[in-house]
Amino acid sequence: MTGAGPGTSVATSRATTASLASEPDAHGVAVEPLLSALKVRKSYGGVEVLKGISLAVNPGQVMCLLGPSGSGKSTFLRCINHLERIDGGRISVGGELVGYAQRKDRIFEMNPREVARQRRGIGMVFQRFNLFPHMTALENITAAPIGVRRISKQIAKDRGLELLDRVGLASLAQSYPAQLSGGQQQRVAIARALAMDPQLLLFDEPTSALDPELVGDVLDVMRTLAADGMTMVVVTHEIGFARGAADVVVFMDGGVVVESGPPAEVLDNPQSPRTRAFLDSVI
Amino acid sequence: MTQATLTGSGRAPAGPAVEIDPDDIVAVPLRHPWRWILAVFLLIGFVSLGISLWQNENIDHPTITEFIFNPRILSGVVLTIMLTVVAMLVSSVLGVLLAVMRLSNNPVMNTLAWLYVWAFRGTPLLIQIVFWGYLGLLYSQISMGIPFTDFTIFSVDTNTLIPALTAGLLALTLNQAAYSAEIVRSGMLSVDEGQYEAAYSVGMSPVFTLFKVVLPQAMRVIIPPMGNETISMLKNTSLLSVIAVLELYTVATQISSQNLRQVELLLVVSCWYLFLTSVLSIPQYYLERYYGRGKARSLPPTPFQRLRAALRRTPINTHRTDSQDAS
Ligand SMILES: Nc1ncnc2c1ncn2[C@@H]1O[C@H](COP(=O)(O)OP(=O)(O)O)[C@@H](O)[C@H]1O
Ligand SMILES: [Mg+2]
Repeated sequence: MTGAGPGTSVATSRATTASLASEPDAHGVAVEPLLSALKVRKSYGGVEVLKGISLAVNPGQVMCLLGPSGSGKSTFLRCINHLERIDGGRISVGGELVGYAQRKDRIFEMNPREVARQRRGIGMVFQRFNLFPHMTALENITAAPIGVRRISKQIAKDRGLELLDRVGLASLAQSYPAQLSGGQQQRVAIARALAMDPQLLLFDEPTSALDPELVGDVLDVMRTLAADGMTMVVVTHEIGFARGAADVVVFMDGGVVVESGPPAEVLDNPQSPRTRAFLDSVI
Repeated sequence: MTQATLTGSGRAPAGPAVEIDPDDIVAVPLRHPWRWILAVFLLIGFVSLGISLWQNENIDHPTITEFIFNPRILSGVVLTIMLTVVAMLVSSVLGVLLAVMRLSNNPVMNTLAWLYVWAFRGTPLLIQIVFWGYLGLLYSQISMGIPFTDFTIFSVDTNTLIPALTAGLLALTLNQAAYSAEIVRSGMLSVDEGQYEAAYSVGMSPVFTLFKVVLPQAMRVIIPPMGNETISMLKNTSLLSVIAVLELYTVATQISSQNLRQVELLLVVSCWYLFLTSVLSIPQYYLERYYGRGKARSLPPTPFQRLRAALRRTPINTHRTDSQDAS
């Protein structure tokens, strides 16, 4: 299965990754970013949806992605765990190229098993929850640890109950998703992602499908995760959450990063008129 | 037609005030007179049909009672059941395999599965049965070796390798696999795309995703038509009489060619087929219930639960029971 992939386009400017990779942190020590994307491009049938996205997230950081609908936020998130393959540029998580293996000077496409192994380290929470409807809340959480990680059933179950407790749903372990409210389902989905001990968590508009009064519970869980030092990339329209929890806010539009920086700068003093217009429309 | 007395309407008829719990709705239930009329007509029809059959002098009733539990008939019943079970099980496995091949993005697999379904669904089952039965005429020897050389690993006489029973089983299984493949495929297509994404995002491999996430959900859609297919299969086994497999129908025709009681034996056989197809709906009911879990907010009670509840005179889920009775 390992044929030379689209190596030529991916292999450009390896040196820049390294230089982009090491930014000094608050203490002046160089940290490797956990997630780094470099000039990521992606097209659907000739229409370029991502036009060279470059960004980096350090361990423990929370990055919020804002942007109007159709700007490519979901697509970018899906590229990070290789649900979509990129057409150009490169993405690496934890120092490993996503979806490709680099040996010497050549880049090889990974086979499905290697991709699956890589995805274990990257959790994802979806707008529409996507819980497995035929499994109970607890089974949703333990399915991958038992089946993929081969953790013993009892340990996985204990851990699952612990995670359910952490998202405030310990009493609903035996409920099926259809018996849970949207907010509860989303919290189970977060617990499911956490069960694989990911180093990075991706959230694609996790509260957009929820009734307003249920949004708070989910955001609370996410804030706790952020405070516990989880590295997260969050696509959201919740400006309040971004202001309070994000270390970096990135504003995307038309497949490019328009503006990025600390929330105080991007949200309160946007430089680009496009960012300003978007923020006005959301608030 | 119905006068509903809703409490609190303030229009309670004059007279001695009845103590009514204001939380209860006291209403005369909706009547369904046409159901009763239709039922009576049907009952009359069936009874008169039964009487006419019973009093028909051309039917020799002792023959029916004599042969219904005849050992030869019973052995035919057993073989019919065996053929149905084996053919359904093996064809289901093949069907899943074909469906997965058909949905894979491997063009070779894809084409192969398409060709299979095209060929086996496009020709009559009867012809396929005869074909497998007469394979010995087409290839008298079946051997395995390296093509275009004289090197052979083994070589057997076709009629030894494929006796009538095997030929029949092969025909039923291979034909059914084509239909099952399409049923499984439509079941898999009914599973939401987001399920794949969620499974992949927690690191499940495509194969694991198929067995743990996609197929269990597809089952809900697959089981009802598969129940149909099983019933068809049970009856299609009778086609194997053309290659003299000793299943129920073949045995019956053999007996009736001796005692010339064709109609009686057909009635015997029909009773058995009816009985077997009725029995088949029980596992289907429970399979549907099992794979429907998590779908309905609460599962409907099983017939046994209903019966027990009725005996205890505690109304359960009357709404659902009512709507099912109406159908
Ligand atoms: N599978 C796909 N096929 C074709 N076009 C797509 C597909 N997924 C997304 N797009 C297009 O890509 C653009 C960006 O979509 P998306 O990443 O979902 O935006 P956002 O999440 O920011 O709203 C949209 O114009 C959308 O129509
Ligand atoms: Mg989106």
